[in-house]
Amino acid sequence: MKKFGGRILFLDRDDINTDEIIPAKYLTVLSKDALSSHLLEDLALPGFDPGRDIAGKGVLVTRANFGCGSSREHAPWALEANGIYAVIAESFARIFRQNMYNCGMLAIELPKEDIERIIGASRDAACVITTYPPNIVITSEDKISTWSFVLNGFDRDLIQAGGWLDYAHKKYG
Amino acid sequence: MGRTIAEKIFDAHLVDKPDAGSHVLRLDAVFCHEITTPIAIQELRERGMESVFDPARIKAVIDHVSPAKDSLTAEQGKVLRDWARRSGIRDFFDIGRNGVCHALFPEQGFARPGMTIIMGDSHTCTHGAFGAFAAGVGTTDLAVGIHKGVAVFREPKSIRFILNGKLRAGVYAKDVILYIIGQIGTDGATNCVMEFCGEAVTAMSMESRMTICNMAVEAGASSGICAPDAVTADYLWPFISAECTSKEEALASWMAWHSDPDAEYEKTFQYDVSAVEPMGTFGYKPDQVKTIRELEGTHIDQVYIGSCTNGRIEDLRVAADVLRGKKIADSVRAILSPATPAVYSRALDEGLVKIFMDAGVCLTNPTCGACLGMSNGVLASGETAASTTNRNFNGRMGKGGMIHLMSPASAAAAALAGHIRNSALYTAN
Repeated sequence: MKKFGGRILFLDRDDINTDEIIPAKYLTVLSKDALSSHLLEDLALPGFDPGRDIAGKGVLVTRANFGCGSSREHAPWALEANGIYAVIAESFARIFRQNMYNCGMLAIELPKEDIERIIGASRDAACVITTYPPNIVITSEDKISTWSFVLNGFDRDLIQAGGWLDYAHKKYG
Repeated sequence: MGRTIAEKIFDAHLVDKPDAGSHVLRLDAVFCHEITTPIAIQELRERGMESVFDPARIKAVIDHVSPAKDSLTAEQGKVLRDWARRSGIRDFFDIGRNGVCHALFPEQGFARPGMTIIMGDSHTCTHGAFGAFAAGVGTTDLAVGIHKGVAVFREPKSIRFILNGKLRAGVYAKDVILYIIGQIGTDGATNCVMEFCGEAVTAMSMESRMTICNMAVEAGASSGICAPDAVTADYLWPFISAECTSKEEALASWMAWHSDPDAEYEKTFQYDVSAVEPMGTFGYKPDQVKTIRELEGTHIDQVYIGSCTNGRIEDLRVAADVLRGKKIADSVRAILSPATPAVYSRALDEGLVKIFMDAGVCLTNPTCGACLGMSNGVLASGETAASTTNRNFNGRMGKGGMIHLMSPASAAAAALAGHIRNSALYTAN
């Protein structure tokens, strides 16, 4: 099972699609690691510089409908290859959300007000996420804030199994 | 309590409920292409899980980059080809017989009413036009599907779209679905099935129903779905005539895949399609929609007609009607990719290819190519396309390019004018 937490990458926009997370021209690779340096490289977001902003981050916080568009699991893989194992958003596109849990990673939904408050936190905020109980603890300067989130039983099982392939292999053998 | 088509399909395929909201379903078909399948094949191989659940239920095609454009894409094709061979997958479509998956597989009769279908491709929702639950999935879901023949989905909630009225001349299924997405937004149907019904759907060909279901994912839906009817039976007859004595018999058995009158929907929307005008997108999201009239005059560098949304024979006929006897503007380049070899061959037989060539349109082989900026028509930075595809995301057809999604009629009209305008087939009355 993965450990979830780290410094936060903020992407303050709705509807960030999988073409923006990893452009189609990189779908020709046959290894997940090869995606690492191309994460979010075409994202048009004022003030965001992938070369500067991604390194050292462990959690992504963003707005509504994150991961819409293509079914490419290359999107979670590109996050994983950069050490980002958790995305916190107001909502997710279905396939992206499922792909995250299928890879043993977290796609956490929080209400809009909570996302507002997290996005308002300092750029240096650090985050620790536990799955049992499902909590997010964010430390920003000298302030500590805690949020609980909903983690369905099956999603927790996928996280613990390390993903859907291992889960299904054991259960539906 | 009544059930929707999607609920009936879920009930009939349920294998397990790992928690209250999750349904593990038995799969009737797993479709594969060369972009998302090779890593699934590798993952399975590394874990010693190489066997496939049923080679007859797995269909595979090389379609996204065909012919291979470089060593990487050649390798992807080789991984899929070798795997299909050693796994005994007979329905494997390589170059010469290949086409855009969501046009080719229906043409082969692989999508049927009541089926569960997955593919590592978001536009798998297209096959819902046949009364199937058909959903795009990621590579891990695909790997499990290939090996175990199951996939997991959340509650099959449905949103009903009742489409009344008759389309005006020059207005098509593409205009209707762009209009609907403009109304409900890119997350208007997230985690839901979009069920399309009403007299306008009944009047539509299977090609048009596929166009509508194809873009369900652009509103976040897992699958589009249309109840199977006489139009479905006519389309599928060559494939079911061995199993059914008559179309009536098929229709009677398909009543199992109709929603009950008292079925419950998340929401119901009603639209009068006779009020829908030709539509196009203007931004980087498929819900940023205006009428072609409002977009008129927008400069176009490249026109692209093709894809799983609008590369079928019906689409080519409409484009040919607009282009017949005319030449495209000097300032424009136009590319047309028939979605399958059968579509291409039919276009030749019907004289459409001659019309396109005389107009100055470049015809390519069947491939997804330009739609996702992988080959056969990538835009340069700052260029603008009028395209019959399904996504106008920033950079989708090439970094720095802008895409206006529209119908084949509107795209052909843009090719003639060099800018966006209504086709001569459309009359405002």
